[in-house]
Parts: sequence; C-alpha cells; structure tokens
Amino acid sequence: MSENEPRVLIVDDEQSIRKFLRLALTAQRYMVFEASTGQDAADSAVLHKPDVIILDLGLPDMDGVEVTRLLRQWTQTPIIVLSVRGSEADKIAALDAGADDYLTKPFSTGELLARLRAAMRRSSQVSDEPLFVSGDLQIDLAHRMVKLAGQEVQMTPTEYSLMRLLVVNAGRVVTQRQLLREACGPGYEQDFHILHVNISNLRRKIEPDPTRPRFIITEPGVGYRLRED
Amino acid sequence: MQGTNPNSSHDEILARAKAGEEQPKHGKMKIFLGYCAGVGKTYAMLEAAREIKSDVDVVVGYIETHARKETEALLTGLEIVPRRQVEYRGIAIPEMGLDALLARHPRLALVDELAHSNAPGSRHPKRYQDVQELLDVGIDVYTTLNVQHVESLRDVVAQITGVWMRETVPDSVIDNASEIELVDLPPDELLKRLKEGKVYLAEQAALATDQFFRKGNLLALRELAMRIAAERIDEQARAYKDTHAIHEPWPTIERILVCVSPSSSGTHLVRAARRLASQLDAVWMALYVETPEISRLSPDQRQRLSDTMRLAVRLGAKTATVQGSSIAETVIEYARQNSWTKIVVGKPQKKARWKLFGVSVADQLMHRADDIDIYVVSGTGERVDHQFFPRFYVFGKWRGYLVGIILVTLSTLLGHVLRNTFDPTNIIMIYLLCVVMTASIWGFGPSIMTALFSVLAFDFFLVPPVLTFAVRDTQYLFTFVGLLLVGVTLSYLSARVRRQVEISQQREHEMVVLYSTARTLALTTGIEAIVDSIVSNAKEVFARDAVIFLPDIQQNGALIPRVGDSKPQIDENDVAAATWSYEHKKTVGSGTDTLPEAKARFLPLVTSGGIVGVLALWKTDFENHLTSEQEQLLEAFSDLAAVAIERAHLAKESRDAQILKASEKLQTALLNSVSHDLRTPLVSVIGAMSSLKEKGMQLSETDREELIQVALDEAERLNHLISNLLDVSRIEAGAVILSRQPTDIQDVVGVALEQLGQRAEGRQIDVYLPKTLPYVSIDSGLVIQVILNLLDNAVKYSPEGFPIEISARQIEEFVEIEVADFGIGIPKEDLERVFDKFYRVHRPDNVAGSGLGLSIARGIIEAHGGQITAGNHPRGGTVVKFTLPVSRSTVKMDEK
Repeated sequence: MSENEPRVLIVDDEQSIRKFLRLALTAQRYMVFEASTGQDAADSAVLHKPDVIILDLGLPDMDGVEVTRLLRQWTQTPIIVLSVRGSEADKIAALDAGADDYLTKPFSTGELLARLRAAMRRSSQVSDEPLFVSGDLQIDLAHRMVKLAGQEVQMTPTEYSLMRLLVVNAGRVVTQRQLLREACGPGYEQDFHILHVNISNLRRKIEPDPTRPRFIITEPGVGYRLRED
Repeated sequence: MQGTNPNSSHDEILARAKAGEEQPKHGKMKIFLGYCAGVGKTYAMLEAAREIKSDVDVVVGYIETHARKETEALLTGLEIVPRRQVEYRGIAIPEMGLDALLARHPRLALVDELAHSNAPGSRHPKRYQDVQELLDVGIDVYTTLNVQHVESLRDVVAQITGVWMRETVPDSVIDNASEIELVDLPPDELLKRLKEGKVYLAEQAALATDQFFRKGNLLALRELAMRIAAERIDEQARAYKDTHAIHEPWPTIERILVCVSPSSSGTHLVRAARRLASQLDAVWMALYVETPEISRLSPDQRQRLSDTMRLAVRLGAKTATVQGSSIAETVIEYARQNSWTKIVVGKPQKKARWKLFGVSVADQLMHRADDIDIYVVSGTGERVDHQFFPRFYVFGKWRGYLVGIILVTLSTLLGHVLRNTFDPTNIIMIYLLCVVMTASIWGFGPSIMTALFSVLAFDFFLVPPVLTFAVRDTQYLFTFVGLLLVGVTLSYLSARVRRQVEISQQREHEMVVLYSTARTLALTTGIEAIVDSIVSNAKEVFARDAVIFLPDIQQNGALIPRVGDSKPQIDENDVAAATWSYEHKKTVGSGTDTLPEAKARFLPLVTSGGIVGVLALWKTDFENHLTSEQEQLLEAFSDLAAVAIERAHLAKESRDAQILKASEKLQTALLNSVSHDLRTPLVSVIGAMSSLKEKGMQLSETDREELIQVALDEAERLNHLISNLLDVSRIEAGAVILSRQPTDIQDVVGVALEQLGQRAEGRQIDVYLPKTLPYVSIDSGLVIQVILNLLDNAVKYSPEGFPIEISARQIEEFVEIEVADFGIGIPKEDLERVFDKFYRVHRPDNVAGSGLGLSIARGIIEAHGGQITAGNHPRGGTVVKFTLPVSRSTVKMDEK
C-alpha cells in the first residue's frame, strides 16, 4: 500500500455492511478504517485523518446528524451519509449539518464509488477545472458559456447561477435551499416553486428528452444532482 | 328505652374479621404515652426498639434527642433514615424523610412526637398523617405522644393548664394504635429533673413553664394519661373477649347523635360528645339540620359549620346533613329512623334564633323525645354572634316599601269612597288584601310596614272621628291588633315559603346541572371530547377552573393534565398532589387535611372498575371554600365524570380490540401472501451466490456474469417488495405525513422512469406530457412510488414489444395522470377490487407480485385528496388513472 492511497473511514454499526464496503473499497485501492459508533467515529477521524467519511445515520450511541455536526466543528473532510428510503427529512438535516452527499440503502458499489469520487474531487484543490463536459453538454465557467452539441445555449441569469452551482458540485447532490440561496439570494430559501420552474426551463434547454433527464437528476424531496459521465 | 341494637355484636365480629384480614397489609402502631415533656418517652421507645433490634428490621424515622446524652447513646447502632430539609422563609427546617422511609420500607420505624406539625409545603400538615401513610403500606411504627395533645382532651387540658394546645392528634388515630404504653414518672421527680435542666423545652413552652409545670397541673395531666391508658387496656381486654366469643351480659351499644349548628360553640359541643361517646364506648355522629335559613348564613358561619363538621370527622364521628324546616322535628325523626339512643345538643343561648318563635331546640327535643336521652351541653361563654332574626335580604328592596305606601294610599281613597256604603270593618278587608300582596311579593319588611300604615290610615281617615287618631269605639282597637297580627304572620309565612322555594330551586338547579352534565357526557364519545366536556361543565357549575389528570400508559401511567378550555398554570406540585390522590384514592388539596396549601382540590375519579383519573378543581382568588351544597354537588359530579371516562376507556378498549383483530388478520394474510414472494427472490440470490462459491463448478465467464445478474435483479425485486410492505404498513397506521411541494409532474415521471431502470429493460415507455401542465401540490417521493408501482404492473402484465404510455391532462383543479398498457386487462368484476390489499387477479401465467402495489397507490393518492381508478382501454389493455390537486402557489417566475 502506498502512502498516496485515499483513506476512507466507514462508520456503520452493521458488521456485514462494513465488511462489504471494506472489500469493495480495498479492491478499488482505498485504505479503509472502520468505526461502529459515533464516538468511535469521532476518535478515529482524529487519529487516522481520513480523506472521506462514509457515515450511517442510524448509529447506536448517537444520531448521525449529531456526529456530522461534531465532525464539522473541526474538519472539512467530505462526509457521505447512508440512510434508508423514506427519511428525506433526515437526509436534509444531515446535508444542512454539513454532510456532502448521501446514498440511500440499498445501493450499488458503482453508485458509491461515483459519490466518493465526486466528494473527494471537491475537497482536493486540484479540481478547479473551469470546464465541465458530459456528452454533448459543455459548460465553461471561465467564460460563462453553455454549449449543447456545439451550439451556445441562452440562459437567464437565474438559470445560469443554478447551472454553475450544479457544475461546481458535479456528481454531488445540491439541496433545494442551497440552489435557491445561490440563485435568488438569502430569504428565498422556501420559494421552491421558483426553483422548480427554473429547473424545468433548464432541462428544456439542455436535456434531449426533458421527461427522462440525462444531466440534471432529481433527488426527490432533497434537491438536484448534475450527472457526470 | 335504651335503644338496643340487635346487630351490635354481629357488627363487632364483622369489624374484627375485617381487622384480621387487613393486618398483613397494614402496619401496627405503638404509642409511648406520657403526661408531660421530660418523662422519658423517647428514651423508653428507643430502649424497646433496641430490645427487638436483633429480630426485627428497625430504622429511626425521626428522633429528637434534644442533645440528651443518655438518649443519644441509645441511638448508636440504629439505622437512621436521612431527614428532609424543607425551605421555609429562608430557613431550612428538618423534617422526617417520609419518601426515603417509604423507599427503605423497614419492618418497624421509630417516629418521635406524633403530634408534630410539619413545615408548610410538606405533603401532610401533620406528622400523624405521615405515620398513617407508613402504616398504610404495612410499616409498623413506634411513636411518642403527650396526653395534652389528644384532640378530645384539648379543652380539658386548657382548663387544667390554661394553655391551649395547637398541635393535637385526632382520637381516631389514637384509637387505631394497637398498643399504648404509659411512660410514667412521678411529678416530684419530673420537677426535679426540670430544675436540673434535664428537660428540653421549646422556647415558647419555656415561657409558660411556671404556669404549666405546677405540681397540681402535673398530677391532673398524669391522671388523664393513666385514664387513657387504662381505657385502652379495658378496650383490649374486651376486644379479646369479643374475638374469642366469650359471651357475657353485654352492654348495649350506645349511639350518640350530636346536633351541630353554625354557632361558635359547635366545636365545644362536638368535643363533649366525643368524650361522652368514648366513656360510653358509643358510636357517634354529628348531624346538621339544614333549614331554610341556610341562605342567610354569613360566610363566617358557614366556615364555622364546616370546621365543626371537620372536627367531628377528626374525632372519629360520622357526619350527616339533612334538610328540614324544624330542627327539633328533623333531629328526632332522624334519630328514630336510624336508632340513635342519645342526642347531644347545645344549651340554648339567649339570642338563639330558634328561641324567638317558641321554645329552644333543646326544649323542643326534650318535649318530643320520649325514648331518647337528651344531653344538654353548656356553651363555653365564647362570643356568640347570632344575628337577630329579621335580617332580611328584602330590606334592601325600597321598591317594596314604596309599593306598600301606594297600596295603602289607594286603599284609603277607595275606602273613603265606600265608607258610606260599607261598614268600616268590611273596608278593613281592602287593607288586608294590601298586606297579603306585599307579603307575598315583597316579603317581610314591606308587609310589616304596610300592616302598620294600614292600621294608621284606617284609624286616621276612616274610623270616626276621622282625621284624628282618636278612636270612639274601643272595638276598633281589636281590629287594629288583628290587622297587625295578620300582617306579621303572613309576612313571616310568606318569607319562609319563599326561602323553601329558593332552597328547592337550588336543589333543582343542581339536579338540572347534573342531568345536563350526564346528558352531554352520555352523548359525547372519545376521551378527549369527554374531558373537554367535563372541564367546561365543571367550570360552569362551580365557576372554577378544572383539570382532569389521566394516567398515560405510554409514560408508565404517569398522570398527564388535560386542561380542556380552562387555563390554570399547572406545575409539578399539582401533578404530585394529583398523583398522591390517584395512588391513595383520596380527596386531597385545598379544603382537606392533606396538602391543604395546594392550589386545587383533587378528587380521585373512582368507579367500580377502579380509579380512572383525578379531577382537580382550582381555587378562585376570592372564594376558597365550597359551600356544603357545592361539596355534595362536586361529589356527584366527580362520580359522573368517573363513569364517563371509564365508558370512554371501555369503548376505546373494544375499538382497540377490533383494530387488533383486524391487524392480526392483516398479519396472517401478509404472511400467507408475502412469504412466498419474499422467498422466491432469495432462492435465486442464494442459489446464484452459492454456485459462484462452489469450487468444482465449471462456469464460463458468461455463466458467471449471468448468475451475478440474476442475483442482482432478484435482490432489487426483494428491495421493491420490502419498500411496498413498509409503505402499506405506514399507510395502514395513518403514519403517512405528506410534505407537499409544488411539483412538476414531468420531474416526478422522470425520476420514476429512472428508478424503474432494469425492470423495464427493453420496454418502450412513451411519455406524453403537455408543456402547459400546471404544477401539482404533492409529496414527490410518494407519488413517484405510485407511478413506479403502476409502471411495474404495466411491465408485468403486458407482453414485450408493446409500448406503455404515460399521459397527463388538466381537469379543472386537478391533473389527471394515466398509465396505459396493451396487456390482458383486468376482468370487469375485479376493477374495484384490485385496489384491495393482497388482492390479485387470477392469471394463468404465474407473475410474481404481492397484491400491494395498487393498494399503496390508492392510499397515497387518497392522502393527497385525489382519486384513482382502473379500467380497460377500448383497444385492449389496462388503464389506471389518478388525479392530483393543482398547486395553488401562483408565484410568477421572475426571469431576471
């Protein structure tokens, strides 16, 4: 194992899930550390300095949201939370507390690896690439330019600022509040309607089939995600 | 006749049997009785405790050693329960740690000074009540007591010593002691110890030392103590005879009835009755006769009456209130009916009300009581403040007098007209009519005045010589007197009738209140509504805030206040008081002996089935005490409330039982239907995985790939099924909370298609959504689930190669979404039933499914206020349509 291997801390009280994650991630050349409680997680994060943390929301000793808050007091290490379907409120709470992304159980290894990559890219400074390319879509942040199959797409300022935030967080979920704050400024965080209308318009402009979005993916009840290739 | 009660010996046996039954549950109390401080009661108690220490679990509940060395020495080796410090006006007062003692639950507790008054804010005002609680839970108690603290001896002691004892113990408590040990010391020796400073005296007692510790006093007190102890021994001997059925000539049980009145000597009378009762070993009762005059009692008198009645209860009497217009008659009747053999009554005082119109109550009683002994007890010379009889409320009604004067004037005018036609003695009838009218309408005062004025007017204007008061014919004097007497009598009678009417109106009012309360409660269902109804009714009837405390099963039966529409501030003390009332099934709080400083009266709501809660009636700022009528009403009211709450509980229980039965049915159906569906995917997953693990298998790379794909697909299916099961249970439990947002249908369809993923591989799904479709107000996560389930069905029940269509349109305030396939459709008779849980259309080909998808879809759509229907497309295939409400949010996009 080389020193350059990314370090992942897995926090889950289910041993079988930890084992499966360890096997899958080690095979992908991650260095894996494990913790089974919130307290362990906090200690382990100090000791091992992981590059990314995978955190289950249902821990025996404390709430995962609480753990997130605790960690965020001293570290900006990306946190990906794991939760079950139907607990959208928990997911939003975790994201608000500072988590970077979430995965709904059960998930596939492919999904997990994509989230890990996206999360780590954000934290490493090298990724300040002003150009996002996915299929026919090309977004140049440096020149404020969006192109679809080489054709420039005209956008309103609101649409562009939404697009920009999604690009900066490519591959990661961006909550409705975050998007609204970016697009409309503080005070509009509850006007979801504005957001939905703008996203619809955006989709109509860049998606080949707006009913089956390829780029801007809805995360029901939470927010949106820009899909990478 | 000395009223023999044939049941008396039988009663005694019954009492014994009861006592025997209760003994294991109930602790015994031994009192170390002394005649004065310093005789060595505490010392004797500790010595006795030390003797049995090795056999019995003894702890010290509270001992005051007053720093006496020999007493302190006896304490060594005894376990002492920590005291409780009570903060009162900034001073920490040590009190017995009752709760600690209850928690420790020893076999025997030593508690000094039974007559002690606890610091304000304690659970009970008196220590003997603490002891009672110990006894109630089966802890034996040794305690000490000085004879001057015995309630019924208070006034005797006051006579001997000139000191009025404030701390007393009710005789009933002492009667309940299973043993009394006299701790004696000759007075000379006591005085010697006193001089040597060996006797501890509280500061205030020291002031009275000279007066109190005179040898004569001490001798008298000593005699009292000895008498009490001797009486006790006598009783014990008799109890022994009784329980061992030794039949000897047995004195008949005497039954003593004491008539109390609102006069200030009532307490004296009650104490005298108690002494008589204990000397005669008699049963006794305090009786109050409520006459129509009750409405005239001042608040002071009412207070004194209730104090007297309460004292009687403390001294071990029963009490009763009966209604009647004549005190003596009612008492005699009551005594006869209930076989009371002796009546104790107060000596008439000069201005006693009942004396005004005849003989005193005592005299009347003696006159009527042929076979009942009457005891007349003198007053104590305390201030007696009976008001003179005619303090009538009608005096305030000046209009009555005015009308009286007008009537007399009119009569005089009429009489003047008629004086030549009629004889003056007939004209007097007109005046009589005036008197009768004023008496019946305006009451006592105006009618007396009318009578007087009538006489004067008649004399002045109509009796010759007219216009003078002189009377020629002396027979008119007789007419005057007659007119006046008729006036007075009529006034008195009509006033009386009026008050009887008032009382019966009040009774009627109470009946109406109770009836209407009962009616509303009977018509109300649901515990919340019943509580609200009780609270608002109580507020109306008693003009006080009421709170119902009900035990909450989810919080270990802790009492939770339900305030209804009243708004008293409830703190933890109130909850504690309610809890005490609940646990002990006793009325506590203001106006009672337990927790009298509480802000409310707490009544346990007891039914035949047990206790269901506590009704708390808040004090008002200006009136603390309930009248005796209100007390009775309150009792009846709380019974009604208790029954209503119990009824609600029973109804809920039966409903719960039904729900439980239904959910059991659901579970059985679930197991039957789902176990197969749950297991099928697992068979594939386990099969595929174990094949891959098997070492000797000759699997090509494609085979391996295929096995892995099978396992993955089946695991997905299992996940889908479990999601559906969780949803159905959430919908069943009513736990679906919609978090609605204005949502683009297109967005929702997109996510559903994305999630369908693998399951629809190779299927063509056409989406037709008009661009002008308004937003819908939905919980997108749940609606995605609906679309997913419909698509899943469409994929399963239509052949490959045929498209599936999703379309939508606006219909008024709804958006209708339609999922159609080209499959086999649904038999007509099943179109409605497919939405039932676990219902599956019988199909020849064995398609896997749980029969939950559509039922969940319906649950979710209906929760949104929409509708879902299934039908068959004219060109073939199934069509499921559902509606969702259009979002009202009309925010216009601001396209910057």
